[in-house]
Amino acid sequence: MRTRSAPKTVHMSLTRQDVEKIAHLARLEITDQEMPVYVTSLSSIVNFVDELARADTKDTLPMAHPLTGQHQRLRPDAVTEADRHEKYQANAPSVQAGLYVVPRVIE
Amino acid sequence: MLHTLSIDELGRRLSLGELSSVELTQHFLARIERLNPSLNAVITPTPEQALSDAAVADRRRAAGDKAPLLGIPLIHKDIFCTDGVRTSCGSRMLDNFIAPYDATVVARLKAAGAVMLGKANMDEFAMGSSNETSYYGPVKNPWDLSKVPGGSSGGSAAAAAARLAAYTTGTDTGGSIRQPAALTGVTGVKPTYGRVSRYGMIAFASSLDQAGVLAESAADAALVLQAMAGFDPLDSTSVDAPVPDYHATLGTPLKGLRLGLLREFFEGLEPRNAALIRDAIEVYTALGATTVEVSLPHLPMSVPTYYVVAPAECSSNLSRFDGVRFGYRCSHPKDLMDLYKRSRGEGFGAEVKRRIMTGTYVLSAGYFDAYYLKAQKVRRLITDDFRAAFAQVDLVIGPTTPTPAFGIGAKMDDPITMYLNDIYTIGANLAGLPGVSMPCGFVDGLPMGLQLIGPHFGEGPLLNAAHQYQQATDWHRRRPSGYE
Repeated sequence: MRTRSAPKTVHMSLTRQDVEKIAHLARLEITDQEMPVYVTSLSSIVNFVDELARADTKDTLPMAHPLTGQHQRLRPDAVTEADRHEKYQANAPSVQAGLYVVPRVIE
Repeated sequence: MLHTLSIDELGRRLSLGELSSVELTQHFLARIERLNPSLNAVITPTPEQALSDAAVADRRRAAGDKAPLLGIPLIHKDIFCTDGVRTSCGSRMLDNFIAPYDATVVARLKAAGAVMLGKANMDEFAMGSSNETSYYGPVKNPWDLSKVPGGSSGGSAAAAAARLAAYTTGTDTGGSIRQPAALTGVTGVKPTYGRVSRYGMIAFASSLDQAGVLAESAADAALVLQAMAGFDPLDSTSVDAPVPDYHATLGTPLKGLRLGLLREFFEGLEPRNAALIRDAIEVYTALGATTVEVSLPHLPMSVPTYYVVAPAECSSNLSRFDGVRFGYRCSHPKDLMDLYKRSRGEGFGAEVKRRIMTGTYVLSAGYFDAYYLKAQKVRRLITDDFRAAFAQVDLVIGPTTPTPAFGIGAKMDDPITMYLNDIYTIGANLAGLPGVSMPCGFVDGLPMGLQLIGPHFGEGPLLNAAHQYQQATDWHRRRPSGYE
């Protein structure tokens, strides 16, 4: 099957500032060493998916679920689970008195 | 040798008392100890639990229980939550995460009497096609230790090929069961979206993820899928439909079966690979099948469609990893923002961060319509193409991958080249269709996969078609040297 492969030289569709903004939105710390790799590879991915613009979709509805005729099920609004917070919190990095501990957020 | 026997045959010997589950479990544990160090397929062995579960299985069998998977050892992909056992998803982020409950797949197989030997290596958060993105290092292909096993279920595939367990579980979001099955010469089954519960299966792309099985044969896979499949109220996309008896229909003759040859699958296919697929089609025509050429004109758009939809869903799903409630936390965060950013920046590997950022970009204000909405529309066009094809044919046949296993490190610098490895498998995920990959020959001494895709909930006919091929050929019985 012929999907257009990536061109040899990547057109930089994203700048370093773009990637810094995306990383901030995604709450990801990207180091100075990592940054140039992401500018190049994310640019090449954006170029690659730009191929989608060629498809004629003017009468097509977006598809969010692979099966038709499915609907969200409802259940009675009743408690169905036991309190297992101690077991769940055993995986937390820092807990005190049943509460998750994070750095101070209110000065 | 015990590891070469089918699940049916193992069950027969266990029932006759010729073999105990404890002995069988010890046999596989010894293979893991001897063979796994060079493969890196298993990252968390659970020998004590396995032996105690095997003893329970032996007691159940002695009491008259004849469940087909009772006492048969398996390895779970480390994406399935296993109560009390580390569930890492191949990531530093979850290196210390002890799952507090069982995934439904795990619970169902446990109830069926399966014995878990351990957890399999995988691409980090199932994002990869070579098992090189794992925090625990790459998995080696048992056919050639310098080659990748494929991914993301690379540990499951290598373990199945090396016969470290009777079968393994996997997940398939864009080909992650079928592609590694092809590259390691095993049978891999990806069921219809919604057929198997996703509860407790760590989410990557929720509209595409589906659990399945890797085994030596379609007959073995049918027994395993039987135990895994079915409605689960804990998964909102689980489909409430009866599960047919897959094993019972394995003997159905193929006379009159209409096989669709996808024009797009054969365009540009490497000649030696194409020859193997043509040979397989001849096997099917000899069994009574007819062939019809069909075209899915939008299929060449499936990889770019996937690389918008899957990263978008991943960026949303992986926002739960915040360094607060579970998972990795950076040291000495100076404030909450620093805690979030450094925990995620240090806890996730390079490919996962790339996908999260791709997803964040295509969902961001100003780009949503051009990318995410557009991809959802093209996804419908691809799905409609498949629907039109299944009005003419019963199953679609073609290759699983463009090439056999490639060298470790060969494609790590270029994400697009890596992504194109899934060019033949992604379509089935976008359309939610079931698919099978099984070995159909060798190129340069490495196994190649034959792929069959069926209509929604067509697992029965699909497994039967795979089984009939495996009755007529013995590619699935070939074993890598050193692992016989």
